[in-house]
Amino acid sequence: MRFMLLQNYGEVGSGCVPMNEWTPGDIRAHVDFQHELNAELLGSGELVDAQGLAGPDQARFVVSDGSSAPVITDGPFPETKELLAGYRLVDVDSLERALEIAARSSAAPGPEGVPIQQPIEVREVLSAPDPEV
Amino acid sequence: MSARPGTEDLLRELAPQVLGVVVRRHGNFAAAEDATQEALLAAATQWPEQGRPANPLGWLVRVARRRVVDQHRSDEARRRREVLAASLSLTAPEEPVAGQDDTLILMFLCCHPTLTPGAAIPLTLRAVGGLTTREIAAAFLVPEATMAQRISRAKAKVAASGEGFRLPSPEERAERLRSVCHVLYLLFNEGYATSAGPDLARSDLSGEAIRLTRAVQAGLPDDAEVAGLLALMLLTDARRPARTGPTGELVPLAEQDRSTWDQALITEGLALLADALPRGSIGEYQLQAAVAAAHDRAPRYDDTDWAEILTLYTLLERLTGNPVVALNRAVAAAMAQGPDAGLALLDDLDPQLADHHRQHAVRAHLLEMAGDQAGAAAAFRAAASRSTNQREQQYLTTQAARLATDSTG
Repeated sequence: MRFMLLQNYGEVGSGCVPMNEWTPGDIRAHVDFQHELNAELLGSGELVDAQGLAGPDQARFVVSDGSSAPVITDGPFPETKELLAGYRLVDVDSLERALEIAARSSAAPGPEGVPIQQPIEVREVLSAPDPEV
Repeated sequence: MSARPGTEDLLRELAPQVLGVVVRRHGNFAAAEDATQEALLAAATQWPEQGRPANPLGWLVRVARRRVVDQHRSDEARRRREVLAASLSLTAPEEPVAGQDDTLILMFLCCHPTLTPGAAIPLTLRAVGGLTTREIAAAFLVPEATMAQRISRAKAKVAASGEGFRLPSPEERAERLRSVCHVLYLLFNEGYATSAGPDLARSDLSGEAIRLTRAVQAGLPDDAEVAGLLALMLLTDARRPARTGPTGELVPLAEQDRSTWDQALITEGLALLADALPRGSIGEYQLQAAVAAAHDRAPRYDDTDWAEILTLYTLLERLTGNPVVALNRAVAAAMAQGPDAGLALLDDLDPQLADHHRQHAVRAHLLEMAGDQAGAAAAFRAAASRSTNQREQQYLTTQAARLATDSTG
């Protein structure tokens, strides 16, 4: 079973300040944590992909009717809470395992090593249908 | 670089034999498996250029054994003080047995009950099927490094189980064979589920499941359930050409072009089943194969013997207690005795299925049969929103839309 574990820019449980206000040491600890978690998931044979996305200021919104020129909206955007910050795609044996990984990821360290308690959205990837009998 | 036609098949045929010989000689399953894989890769690149050796099996064994010895030496040098005992738990070469048994022994090891199917399937494909890690990773759409780790962890678990390179004892045999059959069954479904469009490569997994099941069946020709499993695969795979439309959409059984069904597979499956059933140890695979046979025997959908299928699903439900089987039984009851009989069975379902997408999908079909268009459309929508299968979700959404259009227009 595949699950997307999605992180966005919304509020975090610890209520900590945004990352660009952390100390360099705290940022490094956070990044190291993410790398270690990825290495661990690679080692367990569960990691399919993990990516962080460029900041919301770099985002573009594209709307097209298929014939005229598409409408492209640049940032900065006043409301970025809904935007995706990054994701992990994991291939695991159960939903329970996906939730376990999400919990680890949610507890990533923030300022002074306090877990940031980031909400992780866990979504199953649609699979192919079972054979009918 | 690709091997000339025939080489690849030959290599995959020889893979479990090479591995069997090397494990016997060196006693370390994990190392022997790596070495066998390297020997196969060497053959795939060298044989097409330099010609196939006179004794392909001997060549592969020689190369694989050299790799084991080299690896062992370099390991020794690097970490001499580490005790190899942990990885050497597959010790003591047993008495020599035939190659056929080696394939069986490997199947039992790779489908060890301590492994989840997610680990057992790739290990089986590599160690017994002779597929490369890259091919397996591509088939399961994960990075090669991830798949390599999954296989290597699976091997470590098998080693940690302390199981020797021999067939399970007669007392364990039935239980262990169930694990093997389950893994093969899941492997078949994995491939069968995605038999079209961009997922084409995955359909090879069904072919691989059939090939491996044939090997198990050849080793255990008297086992009725193994024969039943092989029959089930053949009778199901026979319908593959009719099962998807031009854009990969699912074509339900009722609408399939039966002239495209593979009659050779059907004939073989029916013969296997006819041979297995009278042996008296009826199990779930024989029953499922019998259902598939009932469909395959009907020249037209309207000729389907639903009374027989209802009997089979009733037996299967009693045997397995599987709630999904209960759903299939409700469909068969509706077809044999009318929609109300099926709907009544649905109302008695296990609560764990009450909100499952299949329950809603079946209810939708039965309500439509009963003439309740609006109820059917609502149930199709409920099913679509709960489905985790992409094509199924498209199918269910289309059905809901069709009924909504019908009832307003």
